[in-house]
Amino acid sequence: MNVFINGDAMVLPETINSVSLLLEHFHLEQKVVIVELNQHILDKSMHAETILTDGDRIEIVHFVGGG
Amino acid sequence: MLKIGPYEFNSRLLLGTGKYPNFDVQREAVEASETEVLTFAVRRMNIFEANQPNFLEKLDLKKYKLLPNTAGASTAEEAVRIARLSKASGLCDMIKVEVIGCSKTLLPDPIETIKAAEILLDEGFIVLPYTSDDVVLARKLEELGCHAVMPCASPIGSGQGIINPINLQFITEQADVPVIVDAGIGGPADAALAMELGADGVLLNTAVSSAADPVKMAKAMKLAIEAGRLGYEAGRIPQKRYASASSPAEGMVFS
Repeated sequence: MNVFINGDAMVLPETINSVSLLLEHFHLEQKVVIVELNQHILDKSMHAETILTDGDRIEIVHFVGGG
Repeated sequence: MLKIGPYEFNSRLLLGTGKYPNFDVQREAVEASETEVLTFAVRRMNIFEANQPNFLEKLDLKKYKLLPNTAGASTAEEAVRIARLSKASGLCDMIKVEVIGCSKTLLPDPIETIKAAEILLDEGFIVLPYTSDDVVLARKLEELGCHAVMPCASPIGSGQGIINPINLQFITEQADVPVIVDAGIGGPADAALAMELGADGVLLNTAVSSAADPVKMAKAMKLAIEAGRLGYEAGRIPQKRYASASSPAEGMVFS
């Protein structure tokens, strides 16, 4: 599946078809991350049921140091 | 006690989390500061380096309230998007609205700041806008319903201290919401002065994180803010042009 993650084009294995599986794939399931799919912010409770499709634009953001 | 929206804090120091030499120094500095509010920024994650340590993960979140900022936004729309992302973490509902209007001075865009604050207030955020020391703008942000106003002392990270104490005092005198002096603090004297001018709190980052000894500076800032606040509550004497003797004029041995 072809998707964009944080602006970069990426090819995902076909088995990675939900947001939860995507986070597991990158070992992010224990991290404090926020996911936006096609400019819609997803609550954590939605990660398992949200299906990924070809061409999706995904943002994975987190908190970093700042003032 | 500092009250911002529904939250109450014993400490009047809000501390930024950027630019520390390393996590150990940062953790020690945070502890020394005795702050209860930590600011963060929201950024894209490097998904290929999941193991990279993150300061947030080292924190006891029962001890601290998170105040994410919208730094990097130059429009209301961008600020709102960052604010919503931060809230979706489920960790916080406060937001420091920071919409930069000038890349050289990092001074805020007042019009976009107002727009963003309006939208975020409607959505139930606890809104703390970063603003210039403009007195009327601070009042308008308060009238909009902002839970605090955060005028800068001087440009972000400049360490110039309070460049317009008159305006700052006008703002603290008129405000019915907390005034938190945010940005530009250089040393403890600046932080103490902000509090003496009637500020309810001080938000700083670089002054601590980039000090030669951030841990010691964190403690110095904590003490300065406490001293400044006590001084404000005590009511300082007015300034006079000429001297007035502290010892009695009567009973001199050579009269």
